[in-house]
Amino acid sequence: MAHSVEQFFDEMQANVGDVRSIYKAYQNWLKNVPTQQLAAKRAEAELLFRRVGITFNVYGEADGAERLIPFDVIPRLISSKEWAHLSAGVVQRVRALNMFLHDIYHKQEIIQAGIVPYTILSNPQYRPEMFGVDVPNQIYAHIAGVDLVRTSESQFYVLEDNLRTPSGVSYMLENRKMMMRLFPDLFRQYSVAPVEHYPQVLLNNLRSVAQSGVQDPTIVLLSPGAYNSAYFEHAFLAQQMGIELVEGQDLFVRNNAVYMRTTQGPRRVDVIYRRIDDDFIDPLVFKPDSMLGVPGLLSVYRNGGVTLANAVGTGAADDKATYIYVPAMIKFYLGEEPILQNVPTYELSKEDDLTYVLDHLDELVVKEVQGSGGYGMLVGPAATKQELAEFKLRILSKPSSYIAQPTLALSTCPTLVEKGIAPRHVDLRPFVLSGKTVSVVPGGLCRVALKEGSLVVNSSQGGGTKDTWVLERDDTQPEKVAQSNKQVMKEEVAC
Amino acid sequence: MLSRTADHLYWMARYIERAENTARVLDVTYNMSLVPTATGDDADLWQAAIEISGNTEAFERDYGQANAKNTIQYLTMDSNNPSSIYNALRSARENARAVRVTMTTETWENINALWLEFDQFLRKDLTVEGLSEFCDWVKARSHLFRGVCFGTMLRDEAFSFVRLGTFIERADNTARLLNIKYDFLMPVQYQMGGAVDYYEWSAVLRSVSAFQAYQKIYSDAIDPLRVSELLVLRHDMPRSLHACYDEIMPIIEQVAANRQGETRRLAGELHAKLHYGKMQDIFKHGLHEFLESFIHSNHVLGEEIQRSFLSATV
Repeated sequence: MAHSVEQFFDEMQANVGDVRSIYKAYQNWLKNVPTQQLAAKRAEAELLFRRVGITFNVYGEADGAERLIPFDVIPRLISSKEWAHLSAGVVQRVRALNMFLHDIYHKQEIIQAGIVPYTILSNPQYRPEMFGVDVPNQIYAHIAGVDLVRTSESQFYVLEDNLRTPSGVSYMLENRKMMMRLFPDLFRQYSVAPVEHYPQVLLNNLRSVAQSGVQDPTIVLLSPGAYNSAYFEHAFLAQQMGIELVEGQDLFVRNNAVYMRTTQGPRRVDVIYRRIDDDFIDPLVFKPDSMLGVPGLLSVYRNGGVTLANAVGTGAADDKATYIYVPAMIKFYLGEEPILQNVPTYELSKEDDLTYVLDHLDELVVKEVQGSGGYGMLVGPAATKQELAEFKLRILSKPSSYIAQPTLALSTCPTLVEKGIAPRHVDLRPFVLSGKTVSVVPGGLCRVALKEGSLVVNSSQGGGTKDTWVLERDDTQPEKVAQSNKQVMKEEVAC
Repeated sequence: MLSRTADHLYWMARYIERAENTARVLDVTYNMSLVPTATGDDADLWQAAIEISGNTEAFERDYGQANAKNTIQYLTMDSNNPSSIYNALRSARENARAVRVTMTTETWENINALWLEFDQFLRKDLTVEGLSEFCDWVKARSHLFRGVCFGTMLRDEAFSFVRLGTFIERADNTARLLNIKYDFLMPVQYQMGGAVDYYEWSAVLRSVSAFQAYQKIYSDAIDPLRVSELLVLRHDMPRSLHACYDEIMPIIEQVAANRQGETRRLAGELHAKLHYGKMQDIFKHGLHEFLESFIHSNHVLGEEIQRSFLSATV
């Protein structure tokens, strides 16, 4: 079932004909630009992206075809006031989540206080190997991607916290570079907060979490290799930070230290920004048949011979069963009220919730507790009768593997589609970096569901991306932009 | 730099060079086969081409007696022959692909385009008549590859290992070519200035793009001793053993600067022999023995490079 879009909050026009103030200048510009010209800009962007090789591989697709994530040339704007609220909210959340991770691998006070149930420890992502292990600065999630959605002018929700190996930041950076190239005049008018320093902040943080006593730490990015879907991002970030992009076979363990094999002999590694899941990181401890990891790595890590970012075992804090308790964590550890709200969530392990959900399946979104990437989820209102019936059976076979949430009326943003400019649903993933301090670069990965009515924004499910402009001032004057636009049009005609 | 990255770059360059040299041998063999012989039989020629590639046993097992058709098939498209042009180019591209992000865009695009173009040759059967065009294409792509590396790569270790791969492989190929041809072509009672097969020896020169150089330097009848001097000792002849080691030596000095090991000594010893050697002395002790020993030492150096820098086993 396709939704009619009028019932959704639109980022540009809160109500039909009523353009939100931060968008006024942009809208003024947009209405003077022919759609073909926008389409030409999009084609130019695609060509450039392909040349640079900003592609991703889709699992399960024949010969691992390389595809571009569709890029939309219409940006999503966020006012400085909104951003102040959102950034404070995600920073607060990640601080609490790091404290929670430290706690569940040490004294487990939050469990003893009865705030989070013991069952949290039976989560397969909880790694008993990490119990009692001290990590530098007590930081577990050095890089966190917090998925935010909006349902009205004032209502934002946190959809999920990604604390393992969140990806997508390369799109935040590359999309910005592309937009500045395609529409320089708009950047002259809007003061858009820069995002380009992200790799530098990340690098500084990674340096700050080396074991004490290391003067000039050697940092590497550990990737599963060229066939991984996010390989481009791994290579991109390594290059931006000027660190080696390594694979498991490049590293080895000796005398309680990790070394990389170089043409100048073994070189000690101090910090590993790893983009490999826990399960694959050390075949001696986790999946024994994994060729991606480094035998003995976990033992060195536990003894403080190397820092891993993110830490092992962060998955215990970002699955959908733990999600429910994040607001309570914020109160418990920080003594603060949560700035951002959770989506109301039904736990299907609870009898009452299960009954309700099964009765209202066609209104709800059901997700696997440990699922990710939009796989294995049901969007009730968009599902056929048969899909609903099938999913019901899956739930009943193991209710505790699922949670359900009301179908959120995700906000829409104008997007260039085949038949012109039309509203499409969006979300936003800001990246929160923890080192000596916790910070968030003003922006994020804005994902857009390109299919009309679709609420699933994941790139593996046909989603695209947009640049997100966090404004430094909210008072851009429309007239100026419109004028400068005329100028640009004239120049283009002239050449 | 990472050993794995260096390994891929080094082998990428070696495989491209190998493909080029195989194409050179094939092209010249084909041209020779067009010259009428006393017996009217050119099996020996094709046999020599197989021997230069160093896979005689495997060839005889799969194909038996060498002739134009099966030699061309074996050395170009045979996927069971590890040194066929097909396998060499495929391996070069696989190696490039693995380190795609560490090389310049132009280098990657060049190798990728090479592979896509090769696909067209693969689709249609390569005929004896189409061989020259194919060999020219392989040579041209190899020239392009070296050019794009030279023109776009930062002069760092990555560049050093690409060059190292090229010249270790080239030295091996030139030595093999001369060694086999010498065995085939030298009269039992050879005297300086005596009668030798002009066509055969000029073909050897042509296969390493040295025919014009020979005329320019010696402007005299083609003589095996001078041909050998040109391909072994002349430092200004770009495919000679000496020229290869003039390239290899400073690279080894640079990448092995902080390392213990055999690579510098081995390379230095070989370089000295080529740099200070005299052709008369080499002939006195036997060119064949000299080349056999060179091929062996060059191979040992390759293994030492592999061990110390590229696999970095500890």
